[in-house]
Amino acid sequence: MNEDRVLVRLEGLTKYFPITQGIVIQRQVGAVHAVDGVSFDIHRGETLGLVGESGCGKTTVGRTIIQLYRPTAGRVLFDGVDLCALKGEALRRMRQRMQMIFQDPYASLDPRMTIFRIIGEPLRVHKLASGKEQVERVQELLRLVRLNPRFINRQPHEFSGGQRQRIGIARALASNPDFIICDEPIAALDVSIQAQVVNLLEELQDQLGLTYLFIAHDLSMVRHICDRVAVMYLGKVVELAEKNALYDHPLHPYTQALLSAVPVPDPKVERQRRRIILQGDVPSPVNPPSGCRFRTRCPKAQSRCAEEEPAWRDAGDNHFVACHFI
Amino acid sequence: MPVLLDVRNLTVEFETLEGTVHAVNGISYSIDEGGTLGIVGESGCGKSVNVLSVMRLIPQPPGKIAAGEVLYRGRDLLKLSEEEMEAVRGKEIAMVFQDPMTAFNPVLTIGRQITEGLRVHLGMDKAQANQRAVELLEMVGIPNAAQRLKDYPHQFSGGMRQRAMIAMALSCAPSLLIADEPTTALDVTIQAQIIDLAKELRDRLGMAIIWITHDLGVIAGMVERVIVMYSGFIVERAVVDDIYEHPLHPYTLALLRSIPRVDRSGGEKLATIAGMPPDLLRLPPGCPFAPRCAYVMERCLQENPSLEVVAEEHEIACWVDVRTGRAR
Repeated sequence: MNEDRVLVRLEGLTKYFPITQGIVIQRQVGAVHAVDGVSFDIHRGETLGLVGESGCGKTTVGRTIIQLYRPTAGRVLFDGVDLCALKGEALRRMRQRMQMIFQDPYASLDPRMTIFRIIGEPLRVHKLASGKEQVERVQELLRLVRLNPRFINRQPHEFSGGQRQRIGIARALASNPDFIICDEPIAALDVSIQAQVVNLLEELQDQLGLTYLFIAHDLSMVRHICDRVAVMYLGKVVELAEKNALYDHPLHPYTQALLSAVPVPDPKVERQRRRIILQGDVPSPVNPPSGCRFRTRCPKAQSRCAEEEPAWRDAGDNHFVACHFI
Repeated sequence: MPVLLDVRNLTVEFETLEGTVHAVNGISYSIDEGGTLGIVGESGCGKSVNVLSVMRLIPQPPGKIAAGEVLYRGRDLLKLSEEEMEAVRGKEIAMVFQDPMTAFNPVLTIGRQITEGLRVHLGMDKAQANQRAVELLEMVGIPNAAQRLKDYPHQFSGGMRQRAMIAMALSCAPSLLIADEPTTALDVTIQAQIIDLAKELRDRLGMAIIWITHDLGVIAGMVERVIVMYSGFIVERAVVDDIYEHPLHPYTLALLRSIPRVDRSGGEKLATIAGMPPDLLRLPPGCPFAPRCAYVMERCLQENPSLEVVAEEHEIACWVDVRTGRAR
């Protein structure tokens, strides 16, 4: 693998959240194993999809990459620099190059700020522009996300959900980043608005050469927008491959069940599809199952799965999977 | 099959400080005994207000059912007294809501909430009702049902809460189940469990189901007929295969083109629908979809088309024939 291709590299990324008891003296009584030993690369200019169900740790991976959470163990290399070793000014300088777009366009914009202040904030924080230059830059960003630059003095409540998400995108682009983490950017939007935002993200990627980590649970949209896709289950990545390989020939039993559960808007196909219905719910990440974490719901599980954790390996053509039976 | 529910010219408005919100604008539809109907639309299209009005659950004021009839087995539900309506809710028509956390009372046990309907509607005593509640929870696939009856809603996971809510809805064997986005808050694998359960119960108990959703995929495999709503109007109605294979309303067509499919590699750009739905305070004089429509003509901006039969069991409210791009 050509090292120049890698923009972000995760090495055994682990994040535990402590569970404490006691009011005055807090003792740690356990930990939520949100992310446990996740390793993968994100290539320059690609869109890597990160999918999985609620609570699987996909959002925590995104936030730990950008150092909103400090990892419990493991490393995040951004352009070869270990972000976990940086702090203060050095970290702030690196953060200019990575930004985030959030799920809820209603909660992620301060309702008392004008659009100018919201989009201009990264410019002020990173001291990139001031005065007239700042106004011009914000107007340019608004045009970039197909909003009218005259909206600059309006407030978030004057915009619809789709427009707010565009404002969030403009803010993320303000510091000229290389890398954007899109955390469920379209989940809160109506179907007819989702396509507008997805197309905008794709156009911006072509125009500005951006790299995306696209975190989502909508597997149909992920197939559309991503180049490669990683599947998470209970804090672990269980499979990662080029998107068509993953969707057409999923190897891991969890990926197979997940994909079979996605409804298709076609009655003829739906009537003939055989779903793999998983029993029960996802176990608690406080006490994850031994060995393979999926074994408690896996249709193929055997005694070996409880004793031994399956290794993460290449099953051919960069199709990575962690299962004993492949 | 005889008609179970016949909604005629239902019109629902909300009085607000800014004016009247026209949430549902004279819609008519029906469902047969044992039938299945999907209602599709985006937020604000009136799909929920429509069924909440059928259940008489719209707070009045600010809401007002301005016109229409809701005939359930020939009886107009809108004319019933609140007491008579109580006997219909839960017993004849039951409802499952989107968010199972807010639909349950957090300070009462699951058992207490499921048995309430059994005791009120069917006059069971506590022991009988408990016995039946255990059977219901087992039917919807909750293990250790007898134990779990003593649990509170927060002790259930999201999927289990939705199952418990379905168990509660089914407790009095209703003839009609209205499910309002019942899987929207759930993960896909749990959604698949719930859809499977609904199909199984439909076949076994023969009850009619109205399934409301914004996700065209969810209902494709489970309903016989589909209604597409936009801005409080029904814009298209057909049997399920026709809706997906030959959509005839520009909105349905655009909606289907704007969603990617998990079973296709895609690659090309998604078709988008420009703009946003109209403000329900100020509906345009013509077709409500006209400002966003790719086929818009002069007439569309002046006159709102009514729902008309254009093919066998296929109705649309549109002046244009999307197959030719010209006036019908």
